[in-house]
Amino acid sequence: MNFETIVGLEVHVELKTDTKIMSPAHAHFGAEPNMNIHVTDLAYPGVLPTLNKRAIDFGMKASMALNCDVATVMNFDRKHYFYPDNPKAYQITQDERPVGSNGWVEIEVDGKKKKIRIERVHLEEDAGKLTHTDEGHSFVDLNRQGTPLIEIVTEADIRSPEEAYAFLEKLKAIIQYTGVSDVRMEEGSLRCDANISLRPYGQKEFGTKTELKNLNSFNFVRRGIANEVERQEGILLSGGEIEQQTRRYDEATGQTVLMRIKGSANDYRFINDPDLSEVHIDEAWMERIRAEIPELPDARKERYVNELDLPDYDAMVLTLTKEMSDFFDATVTAGADAKLASNWLMGEVSAYLNAEQKELRATELTPEGLSSMIKLISDGTISSKIAKKVFKELIENGGNAADIVKEKGLVQISDEGTLRKIVTDILDTNEQSIEDYKNGKERAVGFLVGQIMKATKGQANPPLVNKILLEEIAKR
Amino acid sequence: MTQFTKDDVYYFAKFARLAMTDSEAESYASRLSDMIGFADALKEVDTENVGPMTHPLKLINVLREDIPTDRLDREEMLKSVKEHEAGMIKVPNIL
Repeated sequence: MNFETIVGLEVHVELKTDTKIMSPAHAHFGAEPNMNIHVTDLAYPGVLPTLNKRAIDFGMKASMALNCDVATVMNFDRKHYFYPDNPKAYQITQDERPVGSNGWVEIEVDGKKKKIRIERVHLEEDAGKLTHTDEGHSFVDLNRQGTPLIEIVTEADIRSPEEAYAFLEKLKAIIQYTGVSDVRMEEGSLRCDANISLRPYGQKEFGTKTELKNLNSFNFVRRGIANEVERQEGILLSGGEIEQQTRRYDEATGQTVLMRIKGSANDYRFINDPDLSEVHIDEAWMERIRAEIPELPDARKERYVNELDLPDYDAMVLTLTKEMSDFFDATVTAGADAKLASNWLMGEVSAYLNAEQKELRATELTPEGLSSMIKLISDGTISSKIAKKVFKELIENGGNAADIVKEKGLVQISDEGTLRKIVTDILDTNEQSIEDYKNGKERAVGFLVGQIMKATKGQANPPLVNKILLEEIAKR
Repeated sequence: MTQFTKDDVYYFAKFARLAMTDSEAESYASRLSDMIGFADALKEVDTENVGPMTHPLKLINVLREDIPTDRLDREEMLKSVKEHEAGMIKVPNIL
């Protein structure tokens, strides 16, 4: 029997606000333990939460970018549980009236496009961090307690580990473009759980699902789902039944491991949080947020292909991050040929960033600098070979290509008279090569070109050298 | 009328981390039934066309600007903690 894979994802994204969602303490990753705390975070007697306006803005912005309906009336609820990571013993979240609902994200796998529906996007607070020891105790750091999160819940529309991967890549790009989060999985600002079940092809009802946690990279999400599908398949094929469980992905073995069996569902005793008012969003507020959303990756991709005639692949690579895409746009606006700009950004620039482990903004390269260099290539002032020298200078020390070329004397020699003199000089001292060429050894030309380039420090205009060289050989 | 059983009382007592004897549970069951039963009177009101109310006061959009203004000093906080180490609160291991 063959089974269809059914996956739904729950993704938590930390919002990049300056303060926490319910308290005016700093909300930044990487501080010393318990330095970013407030009496509200620790639930001291009599404290009241104060709702961060920007967290609402960010929740709305993410919801709009994910094609959700944004609630005009929303409120916050208490979800009760006992655990030392949250001294209030309840998490403030949104239960029945989330900020966003009914959205979608379009993905592409093997050339096939598909919409993954988003059930909801809700705002909530993150919990503190526990470090467990083997000696029977845990250490509590409450810096993260109260950091604003959005939880993005998909419908069970995902049908393969590859679709899950593509969805996360797309989601990450969209959120990153909106600027509401760093979406860095390694810093925990993006976290993902997967609900996985199988059903025989043709069956309508979903099978029993398991929840998979501890997925610390997009690759682990892909592998974890694949492994869990394999496990469930094995059980079903041998006539067994899937038990509703929470499982953990073990990076070392690549297997999923049982964490706990989900018996009677937890009773979180949701109630409206009476400490917080309702939030009403009017049209002006909606408009303000809508106006702040930049052009998103898919729209840019389309523009690059349709208006700038870039290949699909270029458009895809350039829009992976907003930083690269913005840089590309600015380079083209500054007058560079789009395809050349794309080639340089995907080629030399990316290679440099990889080799130096740097981000684009940490280099001295500016869109104007790159554009000035591309223009010199386009009008034949410098060859691609010389451009590489200019590029190194631009990305390490900044500036303008024309100045660098002038300063270092890198202008391409395109004067026919000058080149013809150099060519004849080289031919005079390499008579053997001329003879070889006339006897059918095509390679001899390559050797001669090499000699000419050496004599001109690589600055000779290559097509012109070829032309003059063949003319001069023919004369002899 | 809403009736509380002893099992209900134990169920809720567990959430509040309260220990109690059988006879206490019995007594609470009857008293809770009275209290919640009192609120049953509300069921007689027709709420068919009434929207949900989340707050008794007509407050909307009570919001704070995203500016750090106040924090709790760690050393001050640690004074009221039973045990701590390296700036972190030490608690029994709960898994």
